[in-house]
Amino acid sequence: MGNLGFKGRDVISILDFTREELEHLFRVADDIRANPVKYSGELRGCILAAAFFEPSTRTRLSFQSAVLRLGGSYIDLGETSRSSIAKGENIADTIRMLDAYADIIVIRHKVEGTAKFAAEIAESPVINAGDGKKHHPTQAMIDLYSIRTFKGKIDGLSVAVMGDLKYGRAAASLILGLTLFRPKNICLVSPPELQIRPEVRDYLEHVKVNYVETSKLEDCISDLDVLYVTRIQKERFPDPSEYEKVRGSYRITLETLKNVKDDLIILHPLPKVGEIDLEVDKTKHAKYFEQAALGVSIRMALLKLIVRG
Amino acid sequence: MGRELLVRKIREGTVIDHIPAGRALTVLKILGLTGEEGFTIAVVMNVESRKLGKKDIVKIEGKFLKPAEVDKIALIAPSATINIVRNYEVETKRQVEIPDEIVGILRCINPNCITNKSGEPVSSAFRVVSKKPLKLVCKYCDEIMTERDVLDQLVST
Repeated sequence: MGNLGFKGRDVISILDFTREELEHLFRVADDIRANPVKYSGELRGCILAAAFFEPSTRTRLSFQSAVLRLGGSYIDLGETSRSSIAKGENIADTIRMLDAYADIIVIRHKVEGTAKFAAEIAESPVINAGDGKKHHPTQAMIDLYSIRTFKGKIDGLSVAVMGDLKYGRAAASLILGLTLFRPKNICLVSPPELQIRPEVRDYLEHVKVNYVETSKLEDCISDLDVLYVTRIQKERFPDPSEYEKVRGSYRITLETLKNVKDDLIILHPLPKVGEIDLEVDKTKHAKYFEQAALGVSIRMALLKLIVRG
Repeated sequence: MGRELLVRKIREGTVIDHIPAGRALTVLKILGLTGEEGFTIAVVMNVESRKLGKKDIVKIEGKFLKPAEVDKIALIAPSATINIVRNYEVETKRQVEIPDEIVGILRCINPNCITNKSGEPVSSAFRVVSKKPLKLVCKYCDEIMTERDVLDQLVST
């Protein structure tokens, strides 16, 4: 398989990629799942630096698992309270150090634009593992790959993205990523206070994708092939009273799913904290745990393509 | 008042004409001219103009401004013209043009943008996605800046 220009590349936004490149990534991930042994020495001698300035479970662990499964190793900045950040070191100097110690840098930071800034400083490729409320491109890769895996395609599907579309970076990146394909329509479901941000809406208008915004899931649920649910991003609300207004404003229950298509799939970037009733986990629609498992394969494919081409 | 010149012609340098009335000092600020550079600078404000009704003019003796330096003022003075003067004659005359990228000058309106964090070696940078109406997008955090945001920042201060 050709590398389609992946080698040495930074990953800042899902829109840095074309559909063709994402499809290539998905094919490599398919091959990794089918023939894991073939890739077990792929990144031998390669060191990944994990710099998570914000909490992370799945993203951090799946990147670490991915590099280990490819035969590479990792270093981890650890809790920022234990590193030089606590002494007041700036991001730029921290990145210069990681650049010298590792071959690829994965960074998450609450300050928006940090990954882009880090990519300007580092010679090694930088992967954005989340910058504030803005981008989470590798999550969007997992989400698109999950849709393709469970439904066989992305084109022609009715997809709803539900929840905190204002502060949720996973939701924003998926919405932008969907525009690279040809879904039948995108239904954006959120409380009025948590609608998509202006720059995302601008982009949807710019590429003339078929989308609707609503606060009622009932408006589109019977037609859906994919329901993507996100958590309200409590930690990003500038004002706690704003959070209190929308807390618990939506919840998927068995009742919600009464009139859905038989083959509807429900995805969630996790962690979920009550927006999906536990009873729903047991239904055939719930695919979020399998989705999380696919994260390792996609991140393996991405690391392999960036480091080796 | 008669038609006599308020400020004499300059011999060599740059004349920025047709600045919207009241914005000459902001133009100097954008150009980074504080007076400490030693150039003789004349600022004429609120003079009559056939095109604008009232206008401001800035004359800088001994400095030839490059297009890239001057085009930044198009953010607040799109009607401005730049005259390069040599030996009292206008050698070239052109209208300012909003550049495709604006580095520095403006602050990103997103307080959580990396360019607003102190202690980091980074300047603000915006892509100009529309010149009329003016619309900029932060190169780092994608936040949109409208013409109103730009004017609020540059003209009020």
